Amino acid sequence: MSLFDHTIKELEAKLHNKEITVQDLVDESYRRIKEVDGQVNAFLTLDEENARAKAKELDEAADATASLFGVPGGIKDNIVTKGVRTTCASQFLDNFNDPLYDATVVQKLKNEQAISVGKLNMDEFAMGSTNENSSYTPTRNPWNTDYVPGGSSGGSAAAVAAGEVLFSLGSDTGGSIRQPASFCGVVGMKPTYGRVSRFGLVAFASSLDQIGPITRTVEDNARVLEVIAGHDEMDTTSANIDVPKYTEALTKDISGLKIAVPKEYLAEGVAPEVRESILEALKVYESLGATWEEVSLPHSKYAVSAYYLLSSSEASANLARFDGVRYGVRSENADNLIDVFKKSRSEGFGPEVKKRIMLGTFALSSGYYDAYYKKAQKVRTLIKQDFDKIFEDFDVIVGPTSPTPAYKVGELIDDPLTMYANDILTIPVNLAGVPGISLPCGFSENGLPIGLQIIGKYFDESTVYRAAHAFEQATEHHKKRPQLGGAN
Amino acid sequence: MADISKEQVKHVAHLARLAVTDEEVEQLVDELSAIIDYAEQLNELDTDGIEPTTHVLDLKNIMRKDEPKEWITQEEAFKNAPDHEDGHFRVPSILGDS
Amino acid sequence: MNFETIIGLEVHVELKTNSKIFSPSINAFGSDPNTNINPIDLGYPGTLPVLNEEAVNFAMKAAMALNCEIATHTKFDRKNYFYPDNPKAYQISQFDQPIGENGWIEIEVNGKKKRIGITRVHMEEDAGKLTHGEDGYSYIDFNRQGTPLIEIVSEPDMRSPEEAYAYLEKLKNIIQYTGVSDVKMQEGSLRCDANISLRPIGQEKFGTKAELKNLNSFSFVQKGLEFEEKRQEKVLLSGGEILQETRRYDEKTKETILMRVKEGSDDYRYFPEPDLVPLYIDDVWKERVRSEIPELPDARRKRYVSELGLSEYDANVLTNSKQVSDFFEEAVSHGGDIKQVSNWLMGEVSAYMNKHYKEIQELAITPEALAKMIQLIEDGTISSKIAKKVFAELVENGGDPEQIVKDKGLVQISDPEQLKEIVNNVLDENEQSIIDFKSGKGKAHGFLVGQIMKVTKGQANPPLVNKILSEELSKR
Repeated sequence: MSLFDHTIKELEAKLHNKEITVQDLVDESYRRIKEVDGQVNAFLTLDEENARAKAKELDEAADATASLFGVPGGIKDNIVTKGVRTTCASQFLDNFNDPLYDATVVQKLKNEQAISVGKLNMDEFAMGSTNENSSYTPTRNPWNTDYVPGGSSGGSAAAVAAGEVLFSLGSDTGGSIRQPASFCGVVGMKPTYGRVSRFGLVAFASSLDQIGPITRTVEDNARVLEVIAGHDEMDTTSANIDVPKYTEALTKDISGLKIAVPKEYLAEGVAPEVRESILEALKVYESLGATWEEVSLPHSKYAVSAYYLLSSSEASANLARFDGVRYGVRSENADNLIDVFKKSRSEGFGPEVKKRIMLGTFALSSGYYDAYYKKAQKVRTLIKQDFDKIFEDFDVIVGPTSPTPAYKVGELIDDPLTMYANDILTIPVNLAGVPGISLPCGFSENGLPIGLQIIGKYFDESTVYRAAHAFEQATEHHKKRPQLGGAN
Repeated sequence: MADISKEQVKHVAHLARLAVTDEEVEQLVDELSAIIDYAEQLNELDTDGIEPTTHVLDLKNIMRKDEPKEWITQEEAFKNAPDHEDGHFRVPSILGDS
Repeated sequence: MNFETIIGLEVHVELKTNSKIFSPSINAFGSDPNTNINPIDLGYPGTLPVLNEEAVNFAMKAAMALNCEIATHTKFDRKNYFYPDNPKAYQISQFDQPIGENGWIEIEVNGKKKRIGITRVHMEEDAGKLTHGEDGYSYIDFNRQGTPLIEIVSEPDMRSPEEAYAYLEKLKNIIQYTGVSDVKMQEGSLRCDANISLRPIGQEKFGTKAELKNLNSFSFVQKGLEFEEKRQEKVLLSGGEILQETRRYDEKTKETILMRVKEGSDDYRYFPEPDLVPLYIDDVWKERVRSEIPELPDARRKRYVSELGLSEYDANVLTNSKQVSDFFEEAVSHGGDIKQVSNWLMGEVSAYMNKHYKEIQELAITPEALAKMIQLIEDGTISSKIAKKVFAELVENGGDPEQIVKDKGLVQISDPEQLKEIVNNVLDENEQSIIDFKSGKGKAHGFLVGQIMKVTKGQANPPLVNKILSEELSKR
């Protein structure tokens, strides 16, 4: 049994009783990375020297009360870290060795004495759902390395699943935390839009992006969100609403919980084994005293179109700053100003990123704005209203996170529309801005994890966590471990 | 209106400051047309009188006080710069073909 | 064919807040390059804008002073374009909901008053500064990036370059009074682009316009427009067509030079800025800002005529600069005679400022000192002539006029006995002048007064000198 099979709370007790040291935890992290990351490719950059120095410092510290004291974690590489290379898995930022500042979430982790062991792989600029768009070696699924880990936070989910870290931070624009968590059999939370500061998150689609934790257990997840959530003066879209003690919401008591199950979430296109797992999960909920009813999210079938227009439009502006003037890799073939822009960008960005910039630029361009961008914004309103309506009568919405378990590497790379369509269950949540979690609820015939998605009301992560925790504690799925490079 | 022409792709690529080869233009014509075709489904919805959503939260008037703060030095500003000289960021002055 | 000239102006004004509009960097002019910057100004990945409340207050104040309606709901938008001085490759600006709309200001040209409409006033961030070297490179300083700006767009209401000049003067004057900007064209805190087109008199439809850039002073705006007026007329008369083009004014050749022909309109792909939440400006906020607007130049001008009894001309000159006008009011409040203070400001003070290229607040003389000096003239302590000496000292080194008069021994000689003695000494030494005077040559009297003034270094009380001299001459 690995140290990382314990929850943060259990490890806290062991540290307190001097059974283990922080250095043991950091050792375990790097030992495991050395052991399996050659297969998984979860990490892009390791920060070993600093992490070990910090561990030593903490072991000598008198006060060990911080809530993530000595807990090793990994940071998705689109979250900036002062003095540590931040690439967004893009060649454009290959030399971005010091972003000059820490993202607010990184600063908050440091305040609670968490230890960052390194930066995690992802789809380039978070655009993708398989990690195959990483411009470095793509991450593989720890349950079966022939399969993708999902994306874009594939490295974040795989690192936790492979036992390389106790927690990681990901970002979720259209499912980028929940879908890889589902594919890798871990717990991933996308908080309410505005719950966590985006300051220091390299923007993909500003009105949709949220940072959230990925962990093995719901309890650990709640503990990390408690640390990173809250209003930030540097992000005016972060809400000034008190952060509840999420860990105190984990009462296991969900009797009377009203669950809505959108019929669109169990429709055609959802793999039978996924549907079965969800129906099984609903039975578990019934046994715990909750009730469920079928409902409808009538506009969810338009969500994918609206999402790709909106996210690509915002991305086309957000990624325009990568021009080769102030940071990043300037093309060596640029002799004039236009080429500094055009060649640096064309050589620095991968095909998916370019495609989305093109789509977004088109959707915003003169003559098309109303037909595409504005239309999509109006559809976004309709989708948000769908959720508002359901939440008048229900506490949470439950369904699968992804219509299928993980894909085989290369399986969908030439079929982008199917790949985009597979985000249909996660995207509406981002468009509405409500919180959503994915946690393991079963395994496919070939042994790949299946994820259960629980969606809550605005700023009601507590209920989402309580529902997730009750299910997790009533089942054994979260105890299963991938077999990778020897005993875990 | 769904089909996007090569000329449009080239124009959009220029707006986005992306250099595209003829081959890439062909491919982008296909890919973008497919996505736009797919997005045409939005026109099934009557959105007259529906307000567009830019922000999901109803936040307003979030501002800061007019207080200056020191942050980075000039040296740090150039830490990641591809080219700088004499306290300035530097780029070639010739515009080039646009 | 006779043409009518149509001119509209776009004016950018930098607001002098302490910090930038979306980042806490210092907002200052003239610092070392790339020192007043931070990762937000450099468009670093992950950074976000945070709106400076004071920038909104300043923009609102300016828009109110320009008689605009203030928006209750307003927001920011992204304006997308690539340029090395534009670090995010989008400028945060306002597109369809500007903070102010439908304003106007009144100008006066050749005694005729006219209202010029203001279409809109919107907030945005300034870009960095790009300098083209002679070595094939361009150099970028991002200190200016993020300086709060307002763009003031006029209606195409001006009909001559002269009206454009008057509009700019008036606009500058009003903004200066509000205190939200230095409005110094030489430092770039006020910048102007001009649109000009011609149409045959009687035609309603506007002709194709050209945009003039690189106008570095109000008089260059006027000259550039005058050149452009003639150029377009010539083209049209020869049957040619005006193209929609951007031209720059060359100060050396005094001509406008083609920069580029515009094909259609630029595609800036505006969309609402997702990183900034909207503004809701309620009546309480509006009234709070409105109450902070000081008396504006037109109101002050009227008051100077109606209440202070100054001439229209004097009132105009004094109020043309807020600083001069404020100086005037303070000097009067310290007991300086209204007419005298006005005369000194428009005379000696103004001459000194022009000669030394100085602003009134840079002079050593205080309003209180000027008022005191004028009182010394009035109570006969010093003559007007001596006052010029006192003024010369005050304007250079400051100080208290009474002390200066005392230290330099400049007090007027008004003791009749003392003057009588001086007069007689002068008469003794100028026998010929006495003869001349007696033989009816009036000039001799003036010569003798001059001699007396010379001996007394100008300190003799002139009326007294005249009186005593006449008396003593008659005794001879």
